[in-house]
Amino acid sequence: MSSPVGTRLETNNVAGEAQVSPSLLQLALRRLWRDRLSMAAIGMLLFLTLLCFGAPVINFLTGTNSRNIVADSFLPPLTPGHILGTDDIGRDHLARLLEAGQVSLSIGFLAALMALAIGVTVGLLSGFIGGHLDDGVIWFITTLNSIPLLFIILLIAAFLSPNATTLILALGLFGWTGTARLVRGEAIALREREFIISARASGAGNLRLMFAHVLPNQLSIILINLAIDIGIIILVEATLSFLGFGVQPPQPTWGNMLTESRSFMYYGPHLVFWPGFLIFVTVLCLYVLGDGLRDAFDPTTID
Amino acid sequence: MTTFVIRRILQAIPTLFGISILVYAIMLATPGGPVAALTFSPTVTPQERAALAAQLGVNDPFHIQYLRWLLGDDWMRFDSDGDGVADTAYLIPLDADGDGEPEPPGTRRGILRGDFGSSFFHGKRHVIDVIFERLGATLELGVASLVVGLTIGIPVGVLAAVNRGGPFDNFTRIVSVIFNAFPVFWLGLILLLIFGGTGLGLLPMGNRCGLVLVGGCPPLYERLEYLVLPTFVIAAGFLAVYSRFMRASVLDVGTQDYIRTARAKGLSGRMVWFRHGLRNALIPIATLLGPSVTGVLSGAVVTENIFSWPGVGRLAVSSLQQRDYPTVMAIVMLASITTIIGYLLSDILYALIDPRIRLR
Repeated sequence: MSSPVGTRLETNNVAGEAQVSPSLLQLALRRLWRDRLSMAAIGMLLFLTLLCFGAPVINFLTGTNSRNIVADSFLPPLTPGHILGTDDIGRDHLARLLEAGQVSLSIGFLAALMALAIGVTVGLLSGFIGGHLDDGVIWFITTLNSIPLLFIILLIAAFLSPNATTLILALGLFGWTGTARLVRGEAIALREREFIISARASGAGNLRLMFAHVLPNQLSIILINLAIDIGIIILVEATLSFLGFGVQPPQPTWGNMLTESRSFMYYGPHLVFWPGFLIFVTVLCLYVLGDGLRDAFDPTTID
Repeated sequence: MTTFVIRRILQAIPTLFGISILVYAIMLATPGGPVAALTFSPTVTPQERAALAAQLGVNDPFHIQYLRWLLGDDWMRFDSDGDGVADTAYLIPLDADGDGEPEPPGTRRGILRGDFGSSFFHGKRHVIDVIFERLGATLELGVASLVVGLTIGIPVGVLAAVNRGGPFDNFTRIVSVIFNAFPVFWLGLILLLIFGGTGLGLLPMGNRCGLVLVGGCPPLYERLEYLVLPTFVIAAGFLAVYSRFMRASVLDVGTQDYIRTARAKGLSGRMVWFRHGLRNALIPIATLLGPSVTGVLSGAVVTENIFSWPGVGRLAVSSLQQRDYPTVMAIVMLASITTIIGYLLSDILYALIDPRIRLR
């Protein structure tokens, strides 16, 4: 990061009028807007979210719902009234996919937000204040990272009652270490910079320095991490549901729909395809978006 | 160097204690706990349940239970005259169930002395024996996928770096993003659908060598076809990571002065890359060893379940379903220890190759 966010360079154009050059954030947004791959990913994510949360409207229009038996079992895709066919007991596959999407997307988003809040706070405090606090935090992060994430989440999800709330808490409480590390590293780099020293000289306290001066300069790291973390969390959640320790049926999620489809994958291969495909597309879009954000915020990128 | 190794090993000790406390705390937070798992049957009377609770010591305070798990209880309540009845006790009372009779001496040796207790199932055998007989299958899968990941990933990364910006580079970039975002279990199911059973019928559905766990397994080279699908499923993730990492590493080395010198003295492009570039570019791969261990462990949990592979990952899931606490705790602890050893080896390898690291 070459210049702090919010500082604008006053330059004079040919006519001699003062002209304000765009801030880093404005530049980044402008670059993102021009990056067709990232915009496609954003568009796809918005489309999927709208589709999933608009499920009641879609169900009303097609006259189906996700929980009741509405037709024969294993109807193939493109059956009139059931575009994606029906499952083993005759429930509409599309309606179930969309309801599952609501759960998977909400868990991913909420858990990632929670992990972000914890990670940013811990990282900022640890990096900016340093000393024994920092040593303690580093030890704790090393400890958490030494247990494979899937194992610890499995442990919590299996021993406590596996439901959406437990999953969000477990994923949020144990998924913040990556963000904390990055934010801490950046905070250590920033705390000796001139603009921080000058803010301190003009009387700003630690809290103000951390949240008003250091934090805004980490916007790029935070946004990139958020996108990638949502992707990782959706994958972990789906894995848990697939192993039977996630959200339990009859509430569908993409993961547990795959588990159900596994027992009769040869009668209804379409039931195996769609849930996995939607997880894949969502995670892929989030990763692509994370990459796009990284490029957009990179000050060395040439326009 | 020795100082560095000793320091890193000492640093791992507090981490291990942290893990053991965390894992134990999660287990204790479970509603019902081990007693509920063992007395699931409605025919168990409240008295029997209470007796079992006293025997398992679940009414003791947290630190006593933790110490018993960590260090064993043979020293907490012991039998000094050898008559089979405890006569002296530290930390836990002689008469735990309150019937006026002293309890038998403790027999557990604690995880620090390698005693993870007896499984609730599997014929109540020692957990460590149950795990060890499944370890071979998991090792087979883990080593195979690491080998595949490295032998394909590294050349692909080098080629992508040498042809930077070319069609091969772009192609591998796209493929690696796709492999990264691919849900492992979905990949497994799709491959089964295509290659197994009623699909092309080319490869077996799973079951490494029937359900036989010990003995009776033909040598590895006679059942390679069983390894193909599960190995590929785990290796897909490694391929993506190794090839990108190797590409970045080769490009990084490419900007170094000694590469320019090699070029300046008139060596051919191939000579520069493979004699001077590649050797140095391979160094950072050592740092991937730690994360790869985590990858193998997590991959095994999912993959072994899809392909009915009789390894530790499948044991972990079935033990979680049965609430076989001793087994689950042992697997999580051993997985964490393996991860720590992986990171430790990574660091030591890296320090061996790059002396600057030792000073940190």
